[in-house]
Amino acid sequence: MLKTRIIPCLDVNNGRVVKGINFVNLKDAGDPVEQASIYSKNGADEITFLDITATHEKRNAMVDIIEKTANQCFVPLTVGGGIRNIKDMKNFLSVGADKVSINSSAIKDPNLITKGAEKFGNQCIVVAIDAKKKSNSWNVYINGGRIDTGLDAIEWAEKAESLGAGEILLTSMDKDGTNSGFDLDLTKIISKKLKIPVIASGGVGSLDDFVDGVKFGGASALLAASVFHFGKFTVTEVKKHLISNGIDVRMDYTKS
Amino acid sequence: MSLISIIDYGSGNIKSVYNAFNYLCEEGKKKLIVTNNYSEIKKSTHIILPGVGAFQSCISGLKQISVREVLEEKVLNDKTPFLGICVGMQMLATVGHENGIFSGLNWIKGEVKKIKPTINKLKIPHMGWNELEFKKDTNFIKELRKKTNLERVTAYFVHSYNFFLENESEKVVTTKYGQEITAMVSKSNIIGTQFHPEKSHNFGLAFLKTFLECEEF
Repeated sequence: MLKTRIIPCLDVNNGRVVKGINFVNLKDAGDPVEQASIYSKNGADEITFLDITATHEKRNAMVDIIEKTANQCFVPLTVGGGIRNIKDMKNFLSVGADKVSINSSAIKDPNLITKGAEKFGNQCIVVAIDAKKKSNSWNVYINGGRIDTGLDAIEWAEKAESLGAGEILLTSMDKDGTNSGFDLDLTKIISKKLKIPVIASGGVGSLDDFVDGVKFGGASALLAASVFHFGKFTVTEVKKHLISNGIDVRMDYTKS
Repeated sequence: MSLISIIDYGSGNIKSVYNAFNYLCEEGKKKLIVTNNYSEIKKSTHIILPGVGAFQSCISGLKQISVREVLEEKVLNDKTPFLGICVGMQMLATVGHENGIFSGLNWIKGEVKKIKPTINKLKIPHMGWNELEFKKDTNFIKELRKKTNLERVTAYFVHSYNFFLENESEKVVTTKYGQEITAMVSKSNIIGTQFHPEKSHNFGLAFLKTFLECEEF
């Protein structure tokens, strides 16, 4: 049976790992290559890097980080943040990234999803959606959550799938950094509508939150940053809790 | 000295395969190259055919750089150890049914067909870690078992098509995804995996190490 994936996310600014509360007040949490290595040893099923560096010139650091990580971490690596075109995608894939995640650039040019999928395969293209609740629906936000696009998150997710996205990385802006659990309604609606896997993100604070993301949200994978960075839980602790709640995860790395 | 060749024919993901073998080669006296050059392939002691993308574009990529002949010479005649990964395994089939009907290498008889989303809930592609079932105890599997615990072991998959073999005895490993999925094939000096050993953590590295060390599959 296919396992539920646990994906630690490393938010990287100017080559260093940070993680903020609601996208502001960043704290430093170390060297990305070293952190990725530790996550891989401790059972991360994938690792996602999100570049939040503001200025474009400083983004080259990320290519170097991915290259160094890919030399020593033999699990799938996803990179996102500031990827604007096919050339940016290629820069990361050619140094060892397995998937690229696009957000604002996919909104600005939806064809980028199709072009990327045709060139590198659907499995390579993750469309990241930052969604924020608006009475009975959710809107898509871009530019690190600063701009409301006015687009409906559910409709955009369906469109992204039809354009060739291989996965949706769904982040709840309302929940991100709050430690109060995933937005289960949002996750459930989008997981049910789409044929491609949905990665739930934003808000986990307790071990039960992970369970709920699968049981009630229907997510194929669960992404978290803070709880792992600041050592609240290890990936293995999360997995053991999922198993005790009847959710199947990869544990073979614990023996060899 | 071993010469390990990763065949470069314009398919993606060569870097990940390279990285994993490079990690293993650092210890020993092995040379690793990425190539589509006739004489380099001809000298190889091990050949790896990676593959990401559609069946047809991979097959035509192979034809374009005209390495098919030298591969057949090396693999079918000289019996050089060969590993096909993902579409690199699927291309061993007689026929592929992705976006049309296309001829494969026909080294292992069978057809590559789309995974059935039997239950509505089944997401396609089959993406993520899935548990392996060992159907046959080949020499390769015996050697692999010496290196790593195979009980409930998982590997990383990303694919939408499944290899249906004409000869069931060439199916060594399977996994379950609403249906039986061929995870590993083996015939003489040829092995192929649907999963990505280069992305399958400790198990994957043990698998690739076995490929380099095992005298007989």
